[in-house]
Amino acid sequence: MFDYEKYLRLEMFPHIWCPGCGDGIVMKSLLRAIDRVGLQKDEICMVSGIGCSSRLTGYVDFNTLHTTHGRPLAFATGVKLAKPSLNVIVITGDGDALAIGGNHFIHAARRNIDLTVLLFNNATYGMTGGQLAPTTPTGKVATTARQGSIDPPFDACKLAIAAGASYVARGTSYHSQQLDRLIEGGIKHKGFALIEILENCNTYYGRPNKISLLELLQWEKDNTVNVKAAERMTPEQLQGKIITGVLHQADRPEYVALYEEHIARVRAKATAAA
Amino acid sequence: MSTQTKSRQVKLLQGNEACAEAAIAAGCRFFAGYPISPSSEIAEHLSVRLPQVGGRFIQMEDEIAAMGAILGAAMTGAKVMTATSGPGYSLKQENIGYAVMAEIPCVIVDVMRGGPSTGLPTSPAQSDVMQARWGTHGDHPAVALAPASVREVYDETIRAFNIAERFRIPVTLLVDEIIAHMRERVELPAKGEIALWERPRPTVPPDQYLPFGDTPTGVPPMANFGEGYRYHVTGLYHDPRGLPKDSPEVVDTVMRRLMRKIELGTPDILKHEEVLLDDAALGIVAYGSSARSAKAAIRMARARGIKAGLMRPLTIWPFIEGPVADLAKQVRHIIVPEMNLGQLVLEVERVVRGRCPVHRVNRVSGEPIPPDEILAKIEELA
Repeated sequence: MFDYEKYLRLEMFPHIWCPGCGDGIVMKSLLRAIDRVGLQKDEICMVSGIGCSSRLTGYVDFNTLHTTHGRPLAFATGVKLAKPSLNVIVITGDGDALAIGGNHFIHAARRNIDLTVLLFNNATYGMTGGQLAPTTPTGKVATTARQGSIDPPFDACKLAIAAGASYVARGTSYHSQQLDRLIEGGIKHKGFALIEILENCNTYYGRPNKISLLELLQWEKDNTVNVKAAERMTPEQLQGKIITGVLHQADRPEYVALYEEHIARVRAKATAAA
Repeated sequence: MSTQTKSRQVKLLQGNEACAEAAIAAGCRFFAGYPISPSSEIAEHLSVRLPQVGGRFIQMEDEIAAMGAILGAAMTGAKVMTATSGPGYSLKQENIGYAVMAEIPCVIVDVMRGGPSTGLPTSPAQSDVMQARWGTHGDHPAVALAPASVREVYDETIRAFNIAERFRIPVTLLVDEIIAHMRERVELPAKGEIALWERPRPTVPPDQYLPFGDTPTGVPPMANFGEGYRYHVTGLYHDPRGLPKDSPEVVDTVMRRLMRKIELGTPDILKHEEVLLDDAALGIVAYGSSARSAKAAIRMARARGIKAGLMRPLTIWPFIEGPVADLAKQVRHIIVPEMNLGQLVLEVERVVRGRCPVHRVNRVSGEPIPPDEILAKIEELA
C-alpha cells in the first residue's frame, strides 16, 4: 500500500474537489511518480495557477506556490532560473495554460526550460461553474455556450510540440498506471516536459451535456489509443481516436544549462581581459 | 584624498544606467523584463551586467510574465527587479497585487511617459502617481519613491531594494522620462558607504516556522524555497502557515497586518528634502523633474524679494503627511506643479485640510514644466 500521507498536508483535508473529479486520481499518480523518481520533498517546488486542479499545491508538502490565473509558467521560470537545483513541477488547467496563460505556455516550451508541466484538461472552467474552455469540443454545451459551442478546440500536445517542448505526453485519469510512467518520464526529462491529462468534470461538463460520470470515464477508455497500439492501426481504425503515451521526445539544449554556460563564458572573458 | 573617496567612482551616467548599476550594488541578482520605451536601457544594461556578477537576466514574453518571473525568483532568496513604463506597469498590476498579498520583496521601476494607452512613448509625464498607489485591485499598502537626479536614481534604487526586503513588499521607483534619459556627472558611493537592509529570516526550526505569522513589526520572517522550510504561498487569504482560509477573522487579521507593517515602518520609509523653507511664506510641493523646475523658480522668486521655498517628497507613497501639514501652518499658499492634471495635489489638499489655499501648475503636453511657469504662479500669489 503506497503511503500517500507522507506527502500530504493532512490538515488541508477534506479537499475542495467534487465527488468523481479526476483531480484526486491525478494527484495520487503524481505522488507515486515523485516517489519512484526518489525526489526529496525539499528538492521540489510545485507551482500552480488558478482553477480546481491548481488547488492541488495546497494539499502537498513541498515548496508550493499557488500563483495568479494563467501565470504559473512565468513564476516557475523565475524559480528554476534563479535556483536550478530545485525540481520544478507546474500544475495547470486547460483554461489556465491554453487561454489566459497561452502566451507563457508557448514561450516556456520555446525556451525548453526544465519544467515538468501537468496540464489537467477537463474541457471546461470547473471552478467558475462550467463556462466554455479552449478545449471544449465543438457542439458541446457550456454556461457561456448554452446553444452549443461553435469554437474549435485546441490540441495542447500539438501546440507544445510546435512551440519546441522536448517531452510531450498525453494520459488520462482512467489509465492511472500509464499516467504514473508518463509523469515519471517527464520529471526525469531535462527540458520542457508536458503531460496533458484528459480527465473529467462530471459536475460542470458532464451534467449540462447529459453525460454521466461513468460515461465520461468510459469515454476516456474507449476513445483513446496508446501510441504503440496506434502504430499498428489503419487510419480508418484511428478515426476519432485520441493518441496517448509519449508523443514526442527530442534532445534539445535546455535553457538554464545554456544560461549557466553563458555566465561561465562571460566571466572567463572578463578574467582573460583582466 | 582619503581611501574612502578614492574608491568612489565619478561617472557620466544616464538615469536608467544609474538605476541598473544601483540594482547590482544593492545585490539584485535577477531581472526579468520586456522591452518598452523609455525604460529599455535598464534591461539592456542589466542583460550585460548580471551574468558578469553571476546573476540572471531574462527577457520574458510579456510584462505580466516578467513580473511573475521575478516573484518566482524572489521566493528562492534572490533580490529581484523589473522595469517598465505606463502601459507595462498597467499589465504588471495583477502580479504586484500578488506580491503584496504573498509578501514577496521586489522592485518595479516605472519610467513615466504620457498616457493613457500608448500615449506618448518617449515624452515625459508624472501621471502614474495614483497608479502606483491604487493600480492593483483591493485594499493594500503601497510604497513608491520618486528621484529627481541621476545620483538620486542611484540612491533611491538602493533604498527601494532596502524597503522591499525589510518590509516584504513590492516597491515602485517612479522615474519620469526626463530623469531616466538625462546624463549627469555622478560620484557613486564606495561599496562600504552603501547600507543594505535584508529580508528578515526565520530563526526557528521548520516545524515551528510561521511564514505569515504576526510579529512586533508586522513583518513575518521569510524562508527561501529549497532550504528545508517547506510552506505554501498563495494569493488567497491565508492563515499564518500560508494555507488558504476565508473565515472573517483570518481575512480581517491579514488585511490589517499588511497595512500595519507599513504604518509601523513609515518613519523609516519617508524621505523628503526642504529647500529655503525656513522663512518661506509661499511653499511649493514638487517631485521628480518638476521639482528641478520648482527649485529654479524659488531662486528666481527670491531674487525678486519673494520668500518662496520647496518641499520635495522622495517617498511619494506613503505620503509625507506630517511635513506637509506643518508647511500648511507656516505658508500663505501652496503650489503643486505636476506633469499631469492633478494627482499628488489631491494628497496635498487632503493633508492641508483647507489651512491654506492649494494651487496647481500642470502640463500634460509631453513637455517639462518650465521654471517661468511656476514663477508666474508665485508672482501672482505673492
